[in-house]
Amino acid sequence: MFLINCPYCGERDQSEFVSGGEAHIARPKQPTELNDDQWAEYLFMRKNIKGIQFERWNHAHGCRKWFNVARDTSNDKIEKIYKMGEQPPKL
Amino acid sequence: MSKNLRINNKQFVDETRKLSFVFNGKKLYGYKGDTLASALLSNDIHLVGRSFKYHRPRGIMTSGSEEPNAILQIGNDDALTEPNVRATEIELYDGLICNSQNCWPSVNFDIGGINNFLSPLLPAGFYYKTFMWPASFWEKYEYFIRKSAGLGKSPTKQDPDMYDHRYMHCDILIVGGGVSGLIAAKIASDDNKKVLLLEDKELLGGSLIYDDNDISKIDNQKSSEWLKKLIENIKNDKNIIIKTRTSLAAYHNYNFLLARQNLTDHLSVNDRNNKIRQRLYKIRAKKVIISTGAIERPQVFHNNDRPGIMLASAVKKYIDYYGVRCGLENVIFTNNDSAYETALSLHKSGTKLNAIVDIRENSSSEIVNKVKSLGVQIYWKHTIVNTKGYKRINKVAIMKLNDKGNDVIGKKIELNCDCLAISGGWTPMVHLFTQSGGKLKFDNKDNIFVPDKTNLNQLSIGSAKGDFELDDVLKNSIKDTKKFLQIENSNFDKIDVQCSKEKEKKNIWLLPSDKPLSKTKPFLDYQNDSTAKDIKLALREGFKSIEHVKRYTTTGMGTDQGKLANMHALGIVADTTNTNMGDLGTTTFRPPYTPLTFGTIVGRNVGQFFDIFRKTPMHDWHVDNNAKFENVGQWKRAWYYPKDGETMHDAVQRESKAARESSGILDASTLGKIDIQGTDANEFLNRVYTNAWSKLQIGKCRYGLMLNEDGMVYDDGVTTKLGENHYLMTTTTGGAANVMSKLEDYLQTEWPELDVFLTSVTDHYATASVCGPNAKKIINKIFKDLDLSDESFPHMSFKEVKLGNINCRVMRISFTGELSYEINVEASYGKYIWEKCIEAGKEFNITPYGTETMHLLRAEKGFIIVGQDTDGTMTPVDLQMDWIISKKKYDFIGKRSLYRSDTIREDRKQLVGLLTDDPNEILEEGAQIIKDENKKPINMLGHVTSSYFSPTLKKSIALAVLKEGKKLKGQKLLVPMIDKTIKVTVSDTVFLDKENERING
Repeated sequence: MFLINCPYCGERDQSEFVSGGEAHIARPKQPTELNDDQWAEYLFMRKNIKGIQFERWNHAHGCRKWFNVARDTSNDKIEKIYKMGEQPPKL
Repeated sequence: MSKNLRINNKQFVDETRKLSFVFNGKKLYGYKGDTLASALLSNDIHLVGRSFKYHRPRGIMTSGSEEPNAILQIGNDDALTEPNVRATEIELYDGLICNSQNCWPSVNFDIGGINNFLSPLLPAGFYYKTFMWPASFWEKYEYFIRKSAGLGKSPTKQDPDMYDHRYMHCDILIVGGGVSGLIAAKIASDDNKKVLLLEDKELLGGSLIYDDNDISKIDNQKSSEWLKKLIENIKNDKNIIIKTRTSLAAYHNYNFLLARQNLTDHLSVNDRNNKIRQRLYKIRAKKVIISTGAIERPQVFHNNDRPGIMLASAVKKYIDYYGVRCGLENVIFTNNDSAYETALSLHKSGTKLNAIVDIRENSSSEIVNKVKSLGVQIYWKHTIVNTKGYKRINKVAIMKLNDKGNDVIGKKIELNCDCLAISGGWTPMVHLFTQSGGKLKFDNKDNIFVPDKTNLNQLSIGSAKGDFELDDVLKNSIKDTKKFLQIENSNFDKIDVQCSKEKEKKNIWLLPSDKPLSKTKPFLDYQNDSTAKDIKLALREGFKSIEHVKRYTTTGMGTDQGKLANMHALGIVADTTNTNMGDLGTTTFRPPYTPLTFGTIVGRNVGQFFDIFRKTPMHDWHVDNNAKFENVGQWKRAWYYPKDGETMHDAVQRESKAARESSGILDASTLGKIDIQGTDANEFLNRVYTNAWSKLQIGKCRYGLMLNEDGMVYDDGVTTKLGENHYLMTTTTGGAANVMSKLEDYLQTEWPELDVFLTSVTDHYATASVCGPNAKKIINKIFKDLDLSDESFPHMSFKEVKLGNINCRVMRISFTGELSYEINVEASYGKYIWEKCIEAGKEFNITPYGTETMHLLRAEKGFIIVGQDTDGTMTPVDLQMDWIISKKKYDFIGKRSLYRSDTIREDRKQLVGLLTDDPNEILEEGAQIIKDENKKPINMLGHVTSSYFSPTLKKSIALAVLKEGKKLKGQKLLVPMIDKTIKVTVSDTVFLDKENERING
């Protein structure tokens, strides 16, 4: 059970949050101009790495805000939490 | 008690409080302070159970949670009986009833004991190998194997006990109230930290509290005296919360830990009334200190499992703590100095020690010298090669070891003994450390795995870290705790510790015998009956990974999780394969550390609290009117309202007929409702729904279909335009929360530029839906001033109207195909408006109908239910709802996916209607649809998603998803059932009123 430091509410138990998968996959602005492969890349392809992964999390049972988390998947250590729209940190 | 096994020195047992208990039907006595094990031993009972596989007689072996043999069935009540309870852990209470497990007819005469003589035929993997052929016989074999497997009996009735959960937070959590944990607690408290100290026993102090050898001294006092003062000090410390009888079950990431406290298991049954039995603590600790100590290891030799063979430390504890002699003719067998403490305790209590057998050449430490000076016969460089005595050990045979330690030489000597105290060294309890993700390293000097790297804010101290001698334990615990807590000075800095120091070490994982290995039974895992031979067999058969060896031989897989067995198993694998134990690694330690009852895990979440449920404001009316309820998400929805003993079918037929012929009323309060406001609200709807919203006027409603980005139907519902920048969206009942989350996600992350605000108002409004040809007359009776003409209030429109002071939003929308009005009011008026409708509708036989009738009515019209007729693989095109996809809009969620190569396939499953050739035959939902019964393998074309008997059409109707369904209209297909095959014809999805005339009444 992680402790997650919500950028709006502070440190809370993982049970208050939901994970939203990999971060920094922006929805294409002009989907109709993409071919099947490009659209599939956006729609389906997700990383599953051992190491630092950038993820979206939502404080679902709190402020309901979405934010980004840099988490080390090998030990679940959260290296950095930053708001939506911010650039991923260099880690 | 024929033999005098109780000695006078009973420090921790209260002789004034005699307790009676029943073991295998025999009434016995013990004292307050005894464990069940010490009470049994004081009655000269060693034999308490039979082993799992060979049914060998087994006795109490340890004094703690690592006990493999003394696991008993406690209680004889169908609801309260508990299997696999370790006699060494349960505190004796008056009236305790316990029985041996895994024996029949009795522990003294067990038919299964024949397995012991068949044991050459029952090697590791016996079941796997033997019951392979013929494969079709497996079901027959399984019946018998299952019957003979398993240990205790589960209770068959509901658990009447109460359990509890509690959250706790602390600066420092200390697991284990032995000397190192106590010192750490004091240091942390002196630094003004909030400390939570857990101890699984009744008393603090660990093993040092009863340790009274004359050599060990702390600050020139007897170590136990020094410790007692420290405990008094800690009990009065306001910074330290102490929880005794509390064992740590699991250590999760981020210092989240679960601990179970026993609150009533030590009380007599009459004293437990209405008390909470166990409490589960959910602990968040800033820092964790693990001081769980170490477990003594047995030694592995031929017939090392007889009753009367015990760990040396246990023999010592039974004397020094409980005042119980485990035997009157003792022999000690050791490879280290710690067993000499047992020798001193035996001597002090006046108990006969026949000999000490030590595999080492010699030992010159202070404690060994002291034992030598007592004139005890010590056989150096000897090993036990065999033991005798079926139900209780009576002799050991010893021989001299050769220099390599791999064989025995010389003459066999036999020694009498009724208790053999064995010690093979100590294993740090690193379970919690590894559960938390910590990595171990191997210490070649002591042959132990010790904590190495961790990502968490935690520290292991004392024996749990691999310090075994008193001065190391104390001094390192002080030093390490100070460093961990970043403290310069402590009150313990000048501590003076005297103790004996071990100089000679020797370890042999599998001791040699005068017989070949194949003729011996050197047990590793007592509970699962696996021997060193089984490990070697597994290796010969090609198993290499320690995890595979474990599973093949079942070593370490009993209820004790191999607390005693695992190190020897690893050692023998390492020796046999010439591998370094550090490279071999360990098997995985998983929570819980000791078994937990289900009651503790679920706590208060039982019965009506198992899963919360939601009720609509009209719920009580439904209950009063005999509604049967259906779970939809967490909602309790009225399912149907049986009258005068009607079946569900009869009730649904009556309700739906009434709705079509006169009027019906449905509680639609559970539909998800989202209030949407903002200048970009219209643009937002355009992006989330497949159809166009730009031209929707204020006061109008529109049906919308929502997709996932993958183009599959996600949700549907009607949205009403309340004002220029104000909409009310409805969603499916089950999808409400997910739709809300999804829309918020898009607004926050993809379209932050949109000025849109979403508010879930599902709980704020109640909805009564009145439908049928007489609906208009009923609504007119309630809202007398409301113009209900089709011109003023057409289908798919909305009016805001007042009923007294109540604001009502009335929507003319229909899910049944009938003329229909939905009245939305603030939730607190829900029941009032519902009863108002019932009253006004009385003269029109207004009939409340539930979800089942609603499903029937909409199916007659071919309206889908998302989640019933769709399953996350259906596009709007598959549903034959092409009309709802806007061709003009540039983008909406899922649009691009609608022309992926996969979604435009023509042979996708598509929604169709099905009519049975026999109109009275009702298909089963989920039934498969096929074309040809004879050509095998049979090609499955699709399945039935909705099926009902329509009283209006007087025939059965069904919706189904079918491969290439659109092209198959009119085709004859088959629906095979278990006892017959039903002939069906593919039809249109709309069965009733294709012209939509009913909607206008």
